[in-house]
Amino acid sequence: MPSPAVQLNFSTTWSYAPAPESAAHVKVAPRYELFIDNRFTPPAEGGYFDTINPATEKKLSEVARATAADVDKAVAAARRAYEGPWSRLAPNERGKYVYRIARMIQDRARELAVIESMDGGKPIRESRDVDVPLAAAHFFYYAGWADKLDYAFPNRSPKPLGVCGQIIPWNFPLLMAAWKLAPALATGNTVVLKPAETTPLTAMKLAEIIQDADLPPGVVNILTGAGDSGAAIVNHPGIDKIAFTGSTEVGKLIQKSLASSRKKLTLELGGKAANIVFADAPIDQAVEGIINGIFFNQGHVCCAGSRLLVQESIAEMVLRKLKDRMRTLIVGDPLDKNTDVGAINSKPQLEKIQQYLKIGGEEGADLWCTECDLPQRGYWCRPTLFLNCSQSHRVVQDEIFGPVLAVQTFRTVEEAIEKANNTPYGLSGGVWTDKGSKIFKVSSQLRAGVLWANTYNKFDPASPFGGYKESGMGREGGLHGLLPYLSLN
Amino acid sequence: MKNGNKAKNGRNGKMQTAGRAPRISVERATPVNERLPVLKTYKIFIAGKFPRTESGRYYQLKSPAGQPLANICDCSRKDVRDAVSAARAAQGSWAARPAYNRAQILYRIAEMLEGRAPQFVDELTRQGVSGAEAEVAASVDRFLYYAGWADKYQQVFSAVNPVASSHFNFSVLEPTGVVAILAPETPSLLGLVSLVAPTIAGGNTCIALASTGQPLCAVTLAEVLATSDLPGGVVNLLTGRRAELLDHFASHMDVNAILYAGDDPKEIAAIRTKSSLNVKRPVIHTRGDWTSPEAQSPYFILDAQETKTTWHPIGT
Repeated sequence: MPSPAVQLNFSTTWSYAPAPESAAHVKVAPRYELFIDNRFTPPAEGGYFDTINPATEKKLSEVARATAADVDKAVAAARRAYEGPWSRLAPNERGKYVYRIARMIQDRARELAVIESMDGGKPIRESRDVDVPLAAAHFFYYAGWADKLDYAFPNRSPKPLGVCGQIIPWNFPLLMAAWKLAPALATGNTVVLKPAETTPLTAMKLAEIIQDADLPPGVVNILTGAGDSGAAIVNHPGIDKIAFTGSTEVGKLIQKSLASSRKKLTLELGGKAANIVFADAPIDQAVEGIINGIFFNQGHVCCAGSRLLVQESIAEMVLRKLKDRMRTLIVGDPLDKNTDVGAINSKPQLEKIQQYLKIGGEEGADLWCTECDLPQRGYWCRPTLFLNCSQSHRVVQDEIFGPVLAVQTFRTVEEAIEKANNTPYGLSGGVWTDKGSKIFKVSSQLRAGVLWANTYNKFDPASPFGGYKESGMGREGGLHGLLPYLSLN
Repeated sequence: MKNGNKAKNGRNGKMQTAGRAPRISVERATPVNERLPVLKTYKIFIAGKFPRTESGRYYQLKSPAGQPLANICDCSRKDVRDAVSAARAAQGSWAARPAYNRAQILYRIAEMLEGRAPQFVDELTRQGVSGAEAEVAASVDRFLYYAGWADKYQQVFSAVNPVASSHFNFSVLEPTGVVAILAPETPSLLGLVSLVAPTIAGGNTCIALASTGQPLCAVTLAEVLATSDLPGGVVNLLTGRRAELLDHFASHMDVNAILYAGDDPKEIAAIRTKSSLNVKRPVIHTRGDWTSPEAQSPYFILDAQETKTTWHPIGT
């Protein structure tokens, strides 16, 4: 075992030549309108707002701000489409439209990946290898369900719900649009979708794809805007179902505001997942898993492994290896193919993270972060650890949604399970051990919807995703992901 | 006064000829030398025990003819909290029981209920229910139905998911946790059983509020549960006024799902509003007919289940 005094220092001996992905082939219009009835339509009264590149703080484009009048129009279009061509279409033909979308995303994968990284700040390696391929795969997977729904739920003949209002977050803009649209369309619903305020561009590119795929007008309507646009969708009486992905705080507000409504609701909300590393774990793989768990997408991941629970006997070694690995992380230009950690998505999010960095210190945890260089402009946060955390610390209990990992230790399996379950969240968790029986004991007792054993942050369209407790209700992905868009009665 | 009651259900005379203990509602004019019946005290059921409400409050239950039948615990928020604590304490070990064991316990409940069927029929009848025999029989059969599902729903609704990467990925159902049940006013026994049985078959524990107007069978059902090897705390039964307790059921932060049977829009809105405090899963059953074939299915079990998906790499 090397002496703790010996440290790997990559920063002075290794340097990477810049490897920027070209953005020259990408066409971003100076302005995007609302997408209603397959037409790009100016907003009734809301005007336009800027969307900026968080890595440069430069304006990329401006997009329309939808207000209640636009929501009315979009819902009416979706209703016409639902009662007209879409519900009359044979299910296998409906599926073909969804397949077309999958194929056209694959055709335009490079363009979509670059725009995703420019608009949201995520490393091109992730948008290219994760977001965009998974988005296409999601449409491809659900397309095939369209004419097989009678086999999904025994002894039931499922029916679509009607018009779905879908509100998605800024952390995986295109992928979340795919998670929402693909099952809704395959099951025969029509949709009014609202992308997040800070990341509207790939949704507008998806609108172009939907036009190109020649979907019947009104089947998919995309409205850009901020929170009030979302509220207008949630509260619109012509909508049959609301699907929301975002913070637990907003999710609770939506659940409350729908109390007197007949709308069906699914929520995919926040998380504070524990990544549990036992002494008998494959340590180097576990360290990679910890890194991937919290620094993937700058930690802007609802299922991020934002708490590390490491068994006391190996804590010193794991933390040393973890710090060494963190020192190698390259923070910077999202379009550089060597970048590991991109830009924080927006200024308000950066301020929220910085607030937690302050709170963590004030409450008595020890902050440690890497010393990497950061670009002059843009929103950045160095990969950060909080050491010596207590269970009651806010950096342990609250979702920070940034590259900040709270570290705790444990001695017994029971203690690890109890600490892991001791938050209001229950979205995901990780367990690292070479002992199979321990994996099953721990994974069956963690109150969370997705468990990664000896891996972390893996996603697939066939794999149901969603939370226990205050992390939401309903599942997206797989057969189970059909249910939120169907009536079984 | 009593003649009217006899004329309505015709049970009292029959009971006396069969030598059964007369009840509070009849025998006010008992002749001096006839045996005085021992009346039953109807209490609530928490953690496998039969306490009275900690509030000390009660309401008097009357027969349709206006005669007092029993004093019923008028539960308070504190009883709700105690019941949730008991349910939470019991949840992990109940969920961890083998499905086969849960199935056998539900079957045992059906056996015990069958054996005491005449008592349930009698209580329903005294509360003015016609067709009591059919309701009790359906309640026994409903426990039996879910006893059979306890070790089968997992196979029907779980999945191995064909992910594209080199991982073994599977989804199983797990109980949502502690479930609050607001049973329908009527049918007071079958409605309660129709919600409790699938809930516990799926490994949840529950607190249930009995019908306010017909609470007798819920308390007697608790006696059945207490003698069926069901661990204390898996089912906790409270009596009282729905209007007061509904908010406490729906707002408790350690309740994970709430099942409501009824169609009062205000009550439904109150449940949904309070559920948002901790993202409870509200399940609203507006159906009136709990005797229909649609009133039982594995989808009632699914109402209080979560899907857990586990990934593991495939490699060397």
